[in-house]
Amino acid sequence: MSPRVAAAFELLPEYLGWHVLLSVSALALGLVISLPLAIAAARSPRLRWPVLALASLIQTIPSLALLALFFPLLLALSLLSTATIGRGFSALGFLPSLLALTLYSVLPILRNGVTGLTGVDPAISEAADGVGMTTRQKLFQVELPLAAPVIMAGIRTAAVWTIGAATLSTPVGQTSLGNYIFAGLQTENWVSVLFGCAASAVLALTADQLLGLVETGARTRRRGFVIAGLAGLVVGAAVAMAPLAGLGKPAAYTVGAKNFSEQYILAELMADRLERAGASHVSRKEDLGSAVAYRALAAGEIDVYVDYSGTLWTNVLGRTDNPGRQAVLTGLTTELKRRDGVVVLGSLGFENAYAFAMRPDRAKALNVASLADLAREAPKLTLGSDLEFLSRPEWKAVDGAYHFAFKAKRSFQPTFMYRALAGGDADVISAFSSDGRIAADHLVLLSDPKAAIPPYDAVILISPKRAGDRRLTEALRPLVGAIRVEAMQAANYSVDRDQGKVTPAQAARALALTSAQH
Amino acid sequence: MAAPAIQLTDVSKRYGATAALDSVSLSVGEGEFVALVGGSGSGKTTLLKTINRLNPPDAGQVAVAGEDVAGQPPHALRRRIGYVFQEVGLFPHLSVAENIAVTPKLLGWDAARIAERVATLLDLVALPREVAARAPAALSGGQRQRVGVARALAAEPKLMLMDEPFGALDPITRDALGADYRALHERLGLTTVMVTHDMAEAVLLADRVVVLDNGRILADGTPADLLAHTTDPAVRALLEAPKRQAERLRERLGA
Repeated sequence: MSPRVAAAFELLPEYLGWHVLLSVSALALGLVISLPLAIAAARSPRLRWPVLALASLIQTIPSLALLALFFPLLLALSLLSTATIGRGFSALGFLPSLLALTLYSVLPILRNGVTGLTGVDPAISEAADGVGMTTRQKLFQVELPLAAPVIMAGIRTAAVWTIGAATLSTPVGQTSLGNYIFAGLQTENWVSVLFGCAASAVLALTADQLLGLVETGARTRRRGFVIAGLAGLVVGAAVAMAPLAGLGKPAAYTVGAKNFSEQYILAELMADRLERAGASHVSRKEDLGSAVAYRALAAGEIDVYVDYSGTLWTNVLGRTDNPGRQAVLTGLTTELKRRDGVVVLGSLGFENAYAFAMRPDRAKALNVASLADLAREAPKLTLGSDLEFLSRPEWKAVDGAYHFAFKAKRSFQPTFMYRALAGGDADVISAFSSDGRIAADHLVLLSDPKAAIPPYDAVILISPKRAGDRRLTEALRPLVGAIRVEAMQAANYSVDRDQGKVTPAQAARALALTSAQH
Repeated sequence: MAAPAIQLTDVSKRYGATAALDSVSLSVGEGEFVALVGGSGSGKTTLLKTINRLNPPDAGQVAVAGEDVAGQPPHALRRRIGYVFQEVGLFPHLSVAENIAVTPKLLGWDAARIAERVATLLDLVALPREVAARAPAALSGGQRQRVGVARALAAEPKLMLMDEPFGALDPITRDALGADYRALHERLGLTTVMVTHDMAEAVLLADRVVVLDNGRILADGTPADLLAHTTDPAVRALLEAPKRQAERLRERLGA
């Protein structure tokens, strides 16, 4: 077995366990909501239309967006509950994923429930009244048994959808089979992506077949099929979730990471140091969205993560000025502490700035060396950016300073952004200065004569509730000023390159060795 | 004097602007076999369903065995009244025996009594006992309606309501089932109200024929009485049609 497949299998018990727990919980909750709703809607035509319309509307929201929307909603609710009853709850991870997937599972069960119940032959319904059944007896003895095959078909559809959509819970901080896919996409580890897809597909097919057995049993009135199907589901779910029991011990610390290689490596580096300092169990919450990560830290959902000074300056504090590298750091340290109680432990020693990069041949042919030159040539050029850059204040600042008029602007996953530049789909990209691919591809970085782009020193942030935790701060303080940009570029490239790539944990160990030499 | 089995007093039912029943009064004595005859839209089915509250009236009073049905829980009332209708409505997810046992089960009879009753009823409606375990879908149309009759009789009702019970059956089955049911009516001392659009069936089975038209009773009496005394041309036409048919049949078959 190849080492990458072996590494994927090692993670399977945890990922699969969470995936199954999440899917089973969402389906169960979805059933509890949609069955009574289906019964009520089948009874009342006046209720039927709005209920089905609402469920269909929810279904049209892209699943990733639905998952993302629950985070701010739950965060607000958690703050409200902290303010009123003195106890908050985690707005990240399991809860938003559960709620979004539950909503997703409602429509097929609801729609099939209504179809099944309203599809009962009127003659049979009249007979049930005629023999003297009460409304309740009619429901349980006649209508539900007759609608059961159709309802089961709806549950099957819901199960397949839920298991598929559960892979999208990774970006809101819930471990699932999606971790293979999201991490693999970032690090161009296609083995990992395929492994995640295959695992999720096999899980969905298995659940579908077992539920199909129950459906066949319900339709042909063979109790053996129903029992075999249900037993298979229960045993399968129990076996899949068993490894989670071992993970049950509370994490001493939770280290956060956004969704790119450098973040994975730095999270591993910090987690490793915390474990060496005697922390019993350090958990990781990876693939967090940029805005989600800071709010999660401020709310204490994660204890520590690395962010970048310019990002915090513009996005969190909403500043548009650029007073210089040191002033930004000092300003952040006092402002974040004052405003949110967040501690800026210090800068790691390198910058990961937004930097406009071009292929050397194109830059030379067009005679572009600075952003001012770029503005001149922009109408002939296509800008490639990552998914969030164009909606960030940094872009507005740069655009405001240089007045770009690009022929076209296209957004990519960072991985594909470099591919687009290499392949000519983009002429210039919003690269990251610590990215190993800049050196590897010999890209030209354009200078910023108007200093429109703020500095992006990588800084360690510590949550308010860990501000006084000496073990944490002492374990991480040696990292301050210890990582040079070349070391970070090399570590990033070792994860991102096509050939001979290593895992973020391996890259973190190598990075720890080089940084220790300084 | 005992209260009549059924007493309808000024019963009305409207559907929008049309009156399905227009202040109908009718008394049915214990042990009578009454046929409600009329064309579609005459109100015969509506009238039948006011008796077991499947279709409660807008105005007027319906009493069964002297008790106003409006004051009783519908399910309790219906468990005391047998109901058979054209579509039969056997529960497809239950076996024949389970179908027959439905009302006794609702009434909380014990298993042994139910099993005995199912066997008795299969004999009574002339079905072989081995059909008990079969699904309704495995039976012929005539057998299904026999099960429907057995189910209606299961809880030993004194009153049977039948809505075109044999309408969907072929003529031979229909004739046999009609005759068999009439015999049951006698043997069990039932009171029966049967809706039919077929005057011949009404005359052959019932003691008394009630003719409805536009939600009103046009005529009411024994078949012979009606033929002798009715002046209403519509009623006469209804009654004479089967008579003429019978005469023509006799001529053509040369009997």
